[in-house]
Amino acid sequence: MGDNIKIIENATCTFCGCVCDDMHLTVDLDEKKITKAKNACVLGRAWFAQHGIPDYPQATIGGKEASVEDAVEEAAQILAEAKFPIIYGLSDTTCEAQRHAVAIADLIHGCIDTTTSVCHGPSGIAFQGVGESTATLGEVKNRADFIMYWGGNPAESHPRHFTRYAVTTKGLYTPNGKKDRTVVLVDVRKTPSAPVADIFLSVKPGRDFELAWALRALVKGRKLDPSIEQVTGVSLATLEDLVDRMKNCRYGVLFFGMGLTMTRGRHFNSGAVLALTTDLNEFTHFVAKPVRGHGNVTGADNVLSWQTGYPFGVNFSRGFPRFNPGEFTTVDTLARGDADAALIIASDPASNFPRKAIEHLGAIPVIALDTKQTQTTNLARVAFITATYGINTAGTVYRMDDVPITLRKAFDSPYPTDEEILTAIRRRVQALCGGPAVPLRKVS
Amino acid sequence: MIIPGRSQKQGTSLNAGKLGEEYLEVTSTAELNQDDMKRLGLEDGDRIRLRTTTGESVVRCKGRKPEDLPAGMIFLPYGPSSSQLMASDTAGSGMPISKNFEVEVEVL
Ligand code: SF4
Repeated sequence: MGDNIKIIENATCTFCGCVCDDMHLTVDLDEKKITKAKNACVLGRAWFAQHGIPDYPQATIGGKEASVEDAVEEAAQILAEAKFPIIYGLSDTTCEAQRHAVAIADLIHGCIDTTTSVCHGPSGIAFQGVGESTATLGEVKNRADFIMYWGGNPAESHPRHFTRYAVTTKGLYTPNGKKDRTVVLVDVRKTPSAPVADIFLSVKPGRDFELAWALRALVKGRKLDPSIEQVTGVSLATLEDLVDRMKNCRYGVLFFGMGLTMTRGRHFNSGAVLALTTDLNEFTHFVAKPVRGHGNVTGADNVLSWQTGYPFGVNFSRGFPRFNPGEFTTVDTLARGDADAALIIASDPASNFPRKAIEHLGAIPVIALDTKQTQTTNLARVAFITATYGINTAGTVYRMDDVPITLRKAFDSPYPTDEEILTAIRRRVQALCGGPAVPLRKVS
Repeated sequence: MIIPGRSQKQGTSLNAGKLGEEYLEVTSTAELNQDDMKRLGLEDGDRIRLRTTTGESVVRCKGRKPEDLPAGMIFLPYGPSSSQLMASDTAGSGMPISKNFEVEVEVL
């Protein structure tokens, strides 16, 4: 370790949607490395430890090293010439960068979509239909005495969700932490999150909707046949006991994960648990929140909503925003073969999309921005390696409960930021497409 | 029935780089119910081929106790192997069915 050490208090981890802003970082400025991340969980420690300065060219065109200026020019030409360009990703970058991506989509009359469409997109659809009874994680920590996780495994995906916000943490009206709370977990398999739960409900795969509907019936005082156990995998007695606890708690929270949105039923599943939450408000205070994955996926929903009126799956081909999941969402525009160019920001669809969508991605010109080389940057016509948000760049991100959090930079990176690259592409696209001259914020 | 999902190892190895060996190994190791494995004559580390109507991928298997993973279920961390198996139809939602779909298991 060098002598040039800097300590950063209250830094923020942007690896998962918990966006923990109590990191205490030890930074070796000579080595450009974070050597210690106090308060981080195992995922956060890996996030900080592994984001040093990589040894990649800042930009490539057709796999060959290029100047950033040339790469910006090539990217702008591709986007301006395309008939059905799409922009995708955005959940691992700052709101400041996301803003420019929306502006580019508007200028090129393209689609803009975020990783939300393949995580809680169905919940976004359900919110529009059913509504959301919501809360911040601060309220949960201080008030909630009944916590339910449904279709999620925070112990592995959001390790500090339990300790910082919802289960063991001590709050104003929950001074004894876990002892003051009842914790319920609903899942199809016993995940590493199960040990924290007082009650574990093993739901039959694909039967979450039926389980939520059965609970709704019981909340409303309807009688159910014991054969509900064959349908849901959970006995009537267990369901009755659960409903009793739900109605009699002081402040209940239902956190739901992708076990609901990624399975058959999708938005109906999310809608069912949101409706159950609404029903419970006749008896007590009850809220529901999706447990969001990437560091700033919630910010992506917020930025798109302010700027277009819709959270994801937006199309500008008629010169105004239209929202239609299934039509303008990225898996669809790729798998159908509609898209003829793609700008991918901070996401790796070439590694995690369905095969047919990946095949089409390989057949069209792709522009990719990422902090590391990925399958997507490897297949891209133009690739930029950018600085890591929250480590090399400041900015704003939204925690999963829609609370904005300001990032602190730990050390400088020689790589440009996503915001800088997107600003440059936006300027050039604007000149090529002749869009309205929107004043651009100067990027420092 | 297969459930692709996140795991802690998938998360930590992802930081090291998605092209790194560890990530690729973690995302191509499937967890199976131990009784199912016994029935198929499989041991930890053996290779199996998973097949759907969309595609196939070859992964290594690892046993989990029946209380933790019911019979007939497979857990696979998200990654290139799970992508191969996923169909792209989103039924007008934008979301492909990414968890709880049927796969055929072939012992290799
Ligand atoms: S819980 Fe999430 S945000 Fe918090 S330290 Fe762990 S990975 Fe980072």
